[in-house]
Amino acid sequence: MTLQGWFLILLFVGILLALTKPIGMWMFALYEGRRTPLHVVLGPVERGFYALAGIDPKEEQGWRRYALHMLLFNVALMLFTYAVLRLQAVLPLNPQGLGAVSEHLSFNTAISFTANTNWQSYGGESTMSNLSQMLGLTIHNFLSAATGIALAFALFRGFARRETKTIGNFWADVTRITLYLLLPLCVALALFYIASGVPQTLAGVVDVQTLEGARQSILLGPVASQEAIKMLGTNGGGFFNANSAHPFENPTALTNFVQMLSIFLLGIGLTWTFGRAVGNTRQGWAILAAMLILFLAGVSVTYAAEAAGNPVLHQLGVGGGNMEGKEARFGIAASALFSVVTTAASCGAVNAMHDSFTALGGMIPLFNMQLGEVVVGGVGAGIYGFLLFAILAVFVAGLMVGRTPEYVGKKIESREVKLAVLAIAVLPLVILGLTALSSVLQQGLAGPLNKGPHGFSEILYAFTSAVANNGSAFAGLTANTPYYNGLLGVAMWVGRFFIIVPMLAIAGSLAAKKYTPESAGSFPTTGALWVGLLVGIILILGGLTFLPSLALGPIADHLAMIRGQLF
Amino acid sequence: MGKDFSSALRPAIVMTVLFAALLGIAYPLAMTGIGQAIFPSQANGSLVRDTRGIVIGSTVVGQAFTTERYFQTRPSAAGKGYDGLSSSGSNLGPASQALVDRVKADVARRQGEGVSGPLPGDLVTASGSGLDPDLSPASALAQAPRIARVRGVSVDRVRNLVVKLSEGSVLGEEHVNVLALNQALDALPRTAAADTPLR
Repeated sequence: MTLQGWFLILLFVGILLALTKPIGMWMFALYEGRRTPLHVVLGPVERGFYALAGIDPKEEQGWRRYALHMLLFNVALMLFTYAVLRLQAVLPLNPQGLGAVSEHLSFNTAISFTANTNWQSYGGESTMSNLSQMLGLTIHNFLSAATGIALAFALFRGFARRETKTIGNFWADVTRITLYLLLPLCVALALFYIASGVPQTLAGVVDVQTLEGARQSILLGPVASQEAIKMLGTNGGGFFNANSAHPFENPTALTNFVQMLSIFLLGIGLTWTFGRAVGNTRQGWAILAAMLILFLAGVSVTYAAEAAGNPVLHQLGVGGGNMEGKEARFGIAASALFSVVTTAASCGAVNAMHDSFTALGGMIPLFNMQLGEVVVGGVGAGIYGFLLFAILAVFVAGLMVGRTPEYVGKKIESREVKLAVLAIAVLPLVILGLTALSSVLQQGLAGPLNKGPHGFSEILYAFTSAVANNGSAFAGLTANTPYYNGLLGVAMWVGRFFIIVPMLAIAGSLAAKKYTPESAGSFPTTGALWVGLLVGIILILGGLTFLPSLALGPIADHLAMIRGQLF
Repeated sequence: MGKDFSSALRPAIVMTVLFAALLGIAYPLAMTGIGQAIFPSQANGSLVRDTRGIVIGSTVVGQAFTTERYFQTRPSAAGKGYDGLSSSGSNLGPASQALVDRVKADVARRQGEGVSGPLPGDLVTASGSGLDPDLSPASALAQAPRIARVRGVSVDRVRNLVVKLSEGSVLGEEHVNVLALNQALDALPRTAAADTPLR
């Protein structure tokens, strides 16, 4: 580890802390439905959309109606993308003349992008036409992110409102978030990426005669426009197979830094928005503190492990940290930091190959996802997932002091706790169930590239990534098969919507409750004790559930690595 | 619920179409138009042409260098090496036999060229993309004696090029672009006078 590396990490956290309030305030304005300066330009677009779709943005929806509209919209978007991919061969903007995407891959990809996962069983350059990238995939990067933030708004309203049946209007939330938040930021980011060397063209392949006289084909495309929202919306689906390790997606150390910032930006801002929505911004800062403690702990482990390097290679006379799968312009620190950011935040973009990390360096990305993607988390999904843990934490605190638990002015009762447990239980059930299944079935065992415990880690990582809606991979796994595409597709859908529906039910149930003012007997949810309790609950739940699987995978891998046993 | 369902269908379908047009067509096309107008070189892949106008590479994307007279690029898992249509890392795990076999062969080759001491990590490891355009300065400097010998120029001249072309910031690692470095090599005068060290 170097001083420069730690400076980078602290600079990253410092800039984000400075941005938390401004971006949180902007999102609070959208939460409230207030007018912004951008309404002058985009207001007519918003009103036009409502008029054509027959939407009354002022119509308040109960949680069931909100859920129904959200689900139907997501199903429609998914079917749309499935159609675009299946029809790729006959649609325009296909300079490479690629054929239709196969049925099982289209199924997997359509779910993947709808569920804000962006798991990719394919390599973009050999599978997707420019039109498929733009029309099939980029739209989900916006709308799955907007859906996530809208759902977070709905839950915020559950906490903030009193004795009402409604939690907002889904269409108004999604449209405003897209038009006044995501789109303007993406225009700015895309321009910055283009200026930095990310291509933005409708052309395809360029033939190159290299300096040594060999032939090389380089693929161009509308990369920058997708890159901007891929990060900002914590989607993570790369234009190219190598994702943000590819120099066209992430050409410089500066673009790399901006990509990391934009992964965390909205998720961190939403903690402030939440605090403001429930009338006490310290509630938001307390959540952010718990997130940052878990984040910095993860960064420390991965950075230390990668900087220490691979003893197996040291034996061969190679010095320094572990550079397999990493780019020279980023080096160890910026790659380790990126890997923890992208898995803490359910983004899933990678600037280095996690599969080739040292065993412990690669375990942290895996563990981050197993904690439920609540360390900042996906845009919207992170904060609503975190609030489920907060409900459990006040419940535990309530048990200890023998009082009905309360959180930000609402009594937490058996219905909310049951629903929260239901949502949280989805994660281990599906991840461990499908990993176990794939570790015994022939179709499952055909997937891993690596042998031994690392092969098991590849399977475990895939299902963890799918259910947690992350999308990064131990990419040695051959996942473009009917077996993996099918199962991973189901896992992504369940991981997204089987958590959302109980969460919305909680929002509805909370909105109906009356306000319970804080009293001398209330457990304070702003101080250090509360932050410690939150961190403890998240680690105990995640740790206890997944430790056995980690022992079989990365930990066994680590022990083999330091003994020099090869597979 | 039936009435609710049908009343939700229209917005779901219409909004899908409208957002697809806005985000899937208008936004990327607008960015393409603006990018092509303001940053035409970068938007088209930062291509490098020789004096005849033939594209010889991109400053952003790496290309394979395997001959002795050039700075050689890192091992690549993109296709058969630096395949611009098939970016990829090796995805080999830390205790992989295949990784050890590959690294062992590369280490032996470098040691055969006279490189001593621990090798810089990036010189014998595959990058994440398989299209890494850069080397660490240490990896480039380790190759300087070989290049000087093959080209008949002084080692110091070659080393000076590496130092001159290295770039870096606190946000990443110091690195040197291999294509730029090799173009500079080709531009080196090969007269005996030029071989006098610069000190």
